[in-house]
Amino acid sequence: MTTAPVSVAGIGAAVRSGEVSAVEVLERHLAAIDAREPDIHAFNLVTADAARATAARVDADVAAGRDPGPLAGVPIALKDNLCTRGVPTTCSSRILEGWRPPYDATVVRRLAAAGAVFVGKTNLDEFAMGSSTENSAFGVTLNPLDTSRVAGGSSGGSAAAVAASFAAASLGSDTGGSIRQPAALCGVVGVKPTYGTVSRYGLVAFASSLDQIGPFTNDVRDASIVLEAISGHDPLDSTSIPRGPVTTTEVLDRGVAGLRVGRIVDLPGGSDPEVEQRLAEAFDALRAAGATIVDVELPSMKFGLTAYYLIAPAEASSNLARYDGVRYGMRVDAPDTNAMYGATRAAGFGDEVKRRIMLGTYALSAGYFDAYYGKALKVRRLIHDDFDRAYAQADVLLTPTSPIVAFPVGAKVDDPLSMYLCDVFTIPTNLAGHPAMSVPFGTGADGLPVGVQVLAPTLGEPVMFQVAAELERAAAR
Amino acid sequence: MSGYTIDGWEIVVGLEVHVELATATKLFSASANRFGDEPNIHIDPVTLGLPGALPVLNRQAVELAMRIGLALECTVQPCTFHRKNYFYPDMPKAYQISQYDQPLNVDGWLELPGGKRIGVERAHLEEDTGKSTHVGGSGGRIHGSDHSLIDFNRAGVPLVEIVGRPDIASPEEAKQYVTELRQILVAVGASDAKMEEGSMRCDANVSVRKPGQPLGTRCEIKNVNSVRSLGRAIEYEARRQIALIESGEKVRQETRHWDETDGHTHTLRTKEDADDYRYFLEPDLVPLAPDAAWIESVRAALPMLPRERRRRLAEATGVPADGEAVMVVVERGQDDYVLAVGAAGGDVARALVHVKEAYAEQGSIPSVPAADLAGMITLETSGRITATQAKTVLSELLSNGGGDAAAIAAAKGFEAMDASSLEALVDEALAAQPAAWAKYCDGEEKAVGAIVGHIMKASKGQADGKAVSAILQARRG
Amino acid sequence: MADSSPRITPEAVAKVARLARLDLAEADLARFAEQLAGMLAHFADIDALDLSTVEPMTQPYPLVNVMRDDVVSTSLDRDEVLAAAPAAEDGRFRVPPIIGLEG
Repeated sequence: MTTAPVSVAGIGAAVRSGEVSAVEVLERHLAAIDAREPDIHAFNLVTADAARATAARVDADVAAGRDPGPLAGVPIALKDNLCTRGVPTTCSSRILEGWRPPYDATVVRRLAAAGAVFVGKTNLDEFAMGSSTENSAFGVTLNPLDTSRVAGGSSGGSAAAVAASFAAASLGSDTGGSIRQPAALCGVVGVKPTYGTVSRYGLVAFASSLDQIGPFTNDVRDASIVLEAISGHDPLDSTSIPRGPVTTTEVLDRGVAGLRVGRIVDLPGGSDPEVEQRLAEAFDALRAAGATIVDVELPSMKFGLTAYYLIAPAEASSNLARYDGVRYGMRVDAPDTNAMYGATRAAGFGDEVKRRIMLGTYALSAGYFDAYYGKALKVRRLIHDDFDRAYAQADVLLTPTSPIVAFPVGAKVDDPLSMYLCDVFTIPTNLAGHPAMSVPFGTGADGLPVGVQVLAPTLGEPVMFQVAAELERAAAR
Repeated sequence: MSGYTIDGWEIVVGLEVHVELATATKLFSASANRFGDEPNIHIDPVTLGLPGALPVLNRQAVELAMRIGLALECTVQPCTFHRKNYFYPDMPKAYQISQYDQPLNVDGWLELPGGKRIGVERAHLEEDTGKSTHVGGSGGRIHGSDHSLIDFNRAGVPLVEIVGRPDIASPEEAKQYVTELRQILVAVGASDAKMEEGSMRCDANVSVRKPGQPLGTRCEIKNVNSVRSLGRAIEYEARRQIALIESGEKVRQETRHWDETDGHTHTLRTKEDADDYRYFLEPDLVPLAPDAAWIESVRAALPMLPRERRRRLAEATGVPADGEAVMVVVERGQDDYVLAVGAAGGDVARALVHVKEAYAEQGSIPSVPAADLAGMITLETSGRITATQAKTVLSELLSNGGGDAAAIAAAKGFEAMDASSLEALVDEALAAQPAAWAKYCDGEEKAVGAIVGHIMKASKGQADGKAVSAILQARRG
Repeated sequence: MADSSPRITPEAVAKVARLARLDLAEADLARFAEQLAGMLAHFADIDALDLSTVEPMTQPYPLVNVMRDDVVSTSLDRDEVLAAAPAAEDGRFRVPPIIGLEG
């Protein structure tokens, strides 16, 4: 190789074969971080020293003839809601500021076992609640393509880290679009896999029946490699599907001839005209490559936001009750335990988190359960069944990932509902438990990236990646 | 027991019993389930409610819970787990994983020794909390304490909560229920069920009413630590409620704390808002549906239960099943032994008496071989040794862990006198005690004492008192 | 309810904040009440749906009977855990007096 490898595939192969050293790859990425991180703030913590030690170990393994794994020397950033033993995991919240977990998340262990080098913990909306990373207690992450704009959220830091070449790949979490939307806004690939394919053990829970971990990468092949490395059954997660890792690399060059790609005729409107234009071009490209475009209806999709904003906060209100100042994290002293709870949680949580905890508590409370949470679970069923009917006619569906391109910092902070609308196309997938991914596809207003979302049925990652790879080829033309 | 009243009032009692299961690990994580160790050594991310932790159900806990349900004649059904949300420092997640509207075991009963059936509404699985100790107050109570210390060793230990229907009508029935339940739990190997150690905890719901009237307001009594306390607490509470009602006041529905030292129940401090538990289905777990094969294998492997043991022993000995001898011997687990003595040729009714009286300290596998005890009993029932002599032989068998009863009797010169020797002794005594004899013949029963005493002295205690009395009676005519 | 879902009053917000153990100042209560009421009004769109014959969806992927063997596995290091605790004493987690809570 004459040029330094930058992709996960390239780095892994080159380091594994001894062609390039892990240390050299790492230093290149650390230099990028030094240069631009002050302007972007993708990280809550850069773990340079630990990364150097790991990279040196990888090189030593290679020199000694031991195989460090398929991700040998690949610099990877981890969203700061993934537990990393001995390394602060804050969820970008004051209530966990400085907290060092005594254990690693399963996905962290798997990446480490594959030879990955962790460069740091990335910024997020506090407890993964948000679509712009403006809800972080430690400052917003800015979009590397235009630092007056947001990187999206909640995994804004992880998306920006890949977009700015701070890491070759990163992990985020997606509950209502928190991987896909920032991927679209930052012009990178982001994947939310089928619920249950990636272990949630060690992912700080936001909404348990919706959360999934997934990769950010610069291209579809890299996403395929990272997803394979982190997926597969985990006995520590009861919701983990008893299957092996998700493998999709073999379908990437198949093309889309004969596939049926669904267009949702009753898709909620209100997207930027450029975004709608890019989507139309995406359909055209797939049609030209031999796919059939079919019209499908998802009449319940428009109720997805409501169902999500009742279910997710309800589960979150329970998942976040453990932050009480007793065993870890922040504590505000008080004369009795009950007072300590109230003072600690008031001081430790930001406004969006408080809002969602209260909304969720209300939705579950006596007298309101049936009207809110109970109904939302039924709407979830309607959406799931709509998708089933659609997937009888189409192999994948296509939508914009985000209705808008990256917006200016501060543009939506005073209007939570407007912020929630960012996830109108991504939320239904989480409700159904299906996989979906965002692929960069051209630009929109002000030259900012547009992402097209490929949706597939449960365990439909192969066909999803197959179509995504074709879109990527089309976008490059 | 039916028709029990206090001053014309009926008592209605429903018992809730929590049982710690005898598993090796906790309900949802693989930390050890052990009592009495150093604090906070049986901990893991799930036990401590750390961010990112996830529960995984313990199969053995399900097995033991099914044994309990089947032993209580419940139906085992497909079931789910729910979160019960509330704040308390010994609750690491600020919610308890329990079972709500779809519990594992439903609709059974427990039969009291006298035959009355107490309904069992349900028996479900849930996790235990940690333990708090209070420092600085009087007597280790919360009131007036300076701070509290929490140990999470017990947090997550599997519990089965057995909810009895309000069919119990007296303190005595309540005691019988708990005593019988304990025996069942021990017999099926589900728990050691020791109230004093906390592995079985009993709360009583008590109300009163006039016969024929609807149910009165009930109070829940907590902190009952022994069977005896249970009876005392129910009696106290019933009388307290009766006194309230008769003085024109209403019973307030509340939870009350039993104080063993002052023999009263006291109001636990009530809060303004009753806690709303906001039950919802636990999203981190999946449904539990034991298949018919598993249920049947558990049922088939159930040991003989105490009720059946009592029935079997009663049938063999001709003694009432709810009589003290049968109850005590079965409770001690010595019934198999009594029957074995019978099988070895000893009179089984006599064996029951001896085992009840002399075997209080011996375990369910007594040290004296059944055949040896049978040998002694045969000597006794054939008249070769007296009842008094039998006791002596038995105590020697006990201290030696067995032996040849006939040899022991012979060594002590215990062979009973034959009939002609006895007649000769009587002749001699009548000649020596003519006045006593005359009085006895006249109807003065007490006069026989002098004659019998003379005979016992002359025979150095070897004459069988009963046989002598029989001869004297016969001669009197 | 025949018409849209009930609005949420500041009193209801205060009650919910207490349930959730969030100490909120008066001004915050009012602000949150307004925002939550706005959201709930938006979420009233599902009130028009006939959901009487619809089963709730509680699991994204239909798994059943996930269990593990009853075998002890290594615990966490107590010192590491207590070092991260806000307050510890004698190997236990220390908290202020436990008053005003259901036990």
